[in-house]
Amino acid sequence: MSNKVQVAVFVNGKKVQKKVEPRLLLTDFIREECNLTGTHLGCEHGVCGACTILVDNEPVRSCLMFAVQADGCDIQTVESLNSVDGPLNVLQQSFSDNHALQCGFCTPGFLMTLTHFLIDNENPTENEIREAISGNLCRCTGYANIIKAVQQAAQILQKEKSNSSVVSAQ
Amino acid sequence: MKKYVGQSVKRKEDYRLVTGTGQFVADIKLAGMLEAVFVRSPQAHAIIRHIDTSKAKELPGVHAVLIGDDIKGIINPITQFESHSAVPPNVAKEINPKIQYNDESVLAIDKVVYVGQPVAVVVADNRYIAEDAADLIKVEYEQLKPMVDPYEAMKEGSPLVQNQVEQNIQMEFHLSIGDAKRVEQQSNHVLKARVKTPRLSSNPIETRGVIADYDNRTDQIHVWSATQLPFEVRATIAHCLGWTEQNIRVTAPDVGGGFGPKGGVHPEEILIPYISKRLNRPVKWVEDRLEHLTSARQSRDQVHDVIVAYNSDGTILSLRDEFVVDSGAVNFFGFTCAYNTAYHLRGAYKIPNYDIKSRIVLTNKTPNVPFRGAGRPEAVFTMDRVIDMIARKLKLDPVEVMKRNMIQAHEMPYDQGILVKDGARLIYDSGDYPAALNQALAMVDYEGFRERQKELKKAGKNIGIGISSYVEGTGAGPFEGALLSVDSTGKVIAHLGASPQGQGHETVFAQIGADALGLTPDDIVIKVGDTAVLPFGAGTYASRSAVNAGSAMHEASLKLRNKVVAIAGIILGTLPDEIVIEEGKIFSKENPSHFLTLQDIYKRSRPAARPPLPSEIEPGLQVTHYFVPPTVTFASSVHIAEVEVDKETGFVDLQNYSVVHDCGTVINPMIVDGQVQGGIAQGIGSALYEEVVYNESGQLLTGTYMDYLLPTSMEIPTVKKGHQQHLSTRNPLGVKGVGEGGAISPPAAIANAIVDALSDLEIVINQLPVSPSRLRGLIKEAEKKQSTILSK
Repeated sequence: MSNKVQVAVFVNGKKVQKKVEPRLLLTDFIREECNLTGTHLGCEHGVCGACTILVDNEPVRSCLMFAVQADGCDIQTVESLNSVDGPLNVLQQSFSDNHALQCGFCTPGFLMTLTHFLIDNENPTENEIREAISGNLCRCTGYANIIKAVQQAAQILQKEKSNSSVVSAQ
Repeated sequence: MKKYVGQSVKRKEDYRLVTGTGQFVADIKLAGMLEAVFVRSPQAHAIIRHIDTSKAKELPGVHAVLIGDDIKGIINPITQFESHSAVPPNVAKEINPKIQYNDESVLAIDKVVYVGQPVAVVVADNRYIAEDAADLIKVEYEQLKPMVDPYEAMKEGSPLVQNQVEQNIQMEFHLSIGDAKRVEQQSNHVLKARVKTPRLSSNPIETRGVIADYDNRTDQIHVWSATQLPFEVRATIAHCLGWTEQNIRVTAPDVGGGFGPKGGVHPEEILIPYISKRLNRPVKWVEDRLEHLTSARQSRDQVHDVIVAYNSDGTILSLRDEFVVDSGAVNFFGFTCAYNTAYHLRGAYKIPNYDIKSRIVLTNKTPNVPFRGAGRPEAVFTMDRVIDMIARKLKLDPVEVMKRNMIQAHEMPYDQGILVKDGARLIYDSGDYPAALNQALAMVDYEGFRERQKELKKAGKNIGIGISSYVEGTGAGPFEGALLSVDSTGKVIAHLGASPQGQGHETVFAQIGADALGLTPDDIVIKVGDTAVLPFGAGTYASRSAVNAGSAMHEASLKLRNKVVAIAGIILGTLPDEIVIEEGKIFSKENPSHFLTLQDIYKRSRPAARPPLPSEIEPGLQVTHYFVPPTVTFASSVHIAEVEVDKETGFVDLQNYSVVHDCGTVINPMIVDGQVQGGIAQGIGSALYEEVVYNESGQLLTGTYMDYLLPTSMEIPTVKKGHQQHLSTRNPLGVKGVGEGGAISPPAAIANAIVDALSDLEIVINQLPVSPSRLRGLIKEAEKKQSTILSK
């Protein structure tokens, strides 16, 4: 197959232009063409959520999209959450603090799902958190510590927000 | 000194894993790497008449296509793993095992024996082209009668899964103490039941994967595999391919969960290295989820027929059990799971007359291997259902029957009168099972629950409580090693044979080393998951790494410390006994302000150092210790499940789950709690949701996550945890294993809770999972029975 198609996407803020086969999965595009291997493939049928990324700020299972469908889109992967070798962001740090990961394979998917969730849910209840992550499978942790991590992250983010609004009010 | 052991030290592994910079097999890229795809059998049992690969070979971008005929006589089949299957002579004498040879060719030759068995492999520029080519391969099969039911498979004259395995019984053994049959005949109370546990698929979220990179110049090959057992993979490659073992390096990079089946060496781990050498190119294969559900080794699948004699006060007098393990098409692990079941079945209970017969049967299903618990969840489900059934027959509270039969603390160490799999006597080293039960009952306010249950019953609500306990042999040998060295920067580099899949080895072993050496965990770099790091290793399975590798780390650290203080004594002009090491500072008790660092000791210990060390001190800061445990350590636990059952739908709401467990010394409470919670989640899955289903023609019906149900965050409660610390007497740290425990008791606790919630219907749940449809069926049947009794 050599009917390649031009695709231009913004990945973590950088413009990437490539000629790809129309059948190339978006996940494979990110992993193979952009060399961003933090996005993992767990089931390739849209159930496990390990491959979750943000496409135009919406969580998407990248195994269910072709790269060509993302033409012109803004993509964020787990690698966007902190600077290279830099400190962890609040959510990442909360995951580590609360032992919310064991093998860590599903973690990038959880982080991207939750990055989106925490934008609109500043003070989520335990049930809201459970629902938010119910589309991401984790086989190691039994979820309890992930819920704790989200509660911690939400609290810190809320505090940071109120502090910065105080600062901006001054 | 205990400074870091016992602390919830944050994990060193986390940074890379939360930033997406970890390295799993699929993430590795090598120049010129090709990708492989497998063609797998769509038939459960069939003769291969003809394979046409011509079109696939012609497709541009395809580099190789191999079928069984291409490897006949070249690649030896995978056989039973001797390191896990060998029966010690004294055990053989007790159980009289009959074992028949069985094996699997890495590509099917002449016939296929399970759906998903590798039949051909295609190697191409990338996976997309390889998949195209795989579609062009045409295989003609002649169907044979599939053996799906193990009881049918055992019948005289049934078709054979493996031609040399008579009656499809690959192994059988008989273990007996006392005289159960005689006791039954004399007893007024005898209970008979058939108890079944389903076939399961372990489903780590990372599927399996293999990369091999052959180097023509040195004849060496580097293999990366998502494995739990890099040393076993290396040995099996050497055995199957006839290569020099030391020319093979196997690395397990970040591994995304394992739970057992990633420890069974699979055909792909042999074929990919073979092809890499043949093509002189790096070759990669990453399993997809359909392949995982069909072809990755599965587990459990036992049927128990028990006969139990007991007194009117609930004392169990004898237990007889004939159980069958449906092992699928091959049994690679000998009597591992079956004997685990046999020696764990009595758990925390004293049952003087005990008779157990086991048969491991081959069928046309994916081969079985150990999976978290490895024969113990099956044993505990059987035993604790028996306890519950006895209690209900005698109209006693199950707690009373548990207590009546439990081993008491003052009876420790307790000899169960039989042997462990490793040949040692089965003697529980420490524990207080009645205290654990009482602690758990207090945690859930058992009495209060019973009152609430009565009240809610009046309102038509059915809540129930169920208990299960287990005693688990953990930390199985044969050994694990630690090789420690100090480098020029003064860091301690610890190489261990254990090979993690998320258990936090890099953190936990650094904690142990830090305490023994007087350093901080950051001063110690842990290297695991690679056959290149030390000569001998086993791997991470059987709740064994903290016990075996942890103890090796501890002992090796003490050896290194001895050497460091000897050299420091020479430099500081004092006796080694006077030397103190604290937070990396090495000084004489007399003069703490004048201190050395490990870097100073390193410089002085180098072979070329001037002045040289006395001849009795070998140059170089390097030590090795191999820890060989005397036998397993016995961890234990009590689990309590609280449920509400909707009679109309058969839906079970798991409202609370509580556990009290003993794993001896806790090295890192955060990690231990994580293991317990995670294990329980898998146990809940097997209690309520998970089951690998084959139809009567041996076709797999659960090939996607829409059919094989993994529990999500909506199904798993946050477990309430209570701890006991009864130190093991069998290793220097006093630790017991904890990895598998959580998965063992949930099926029994939850099934007992459901039975309790529906006690007025007197239903019996001896089969898993308790899906809504299965439970609704049982409820309907019970209601029908009751209404017939009423109408009479």
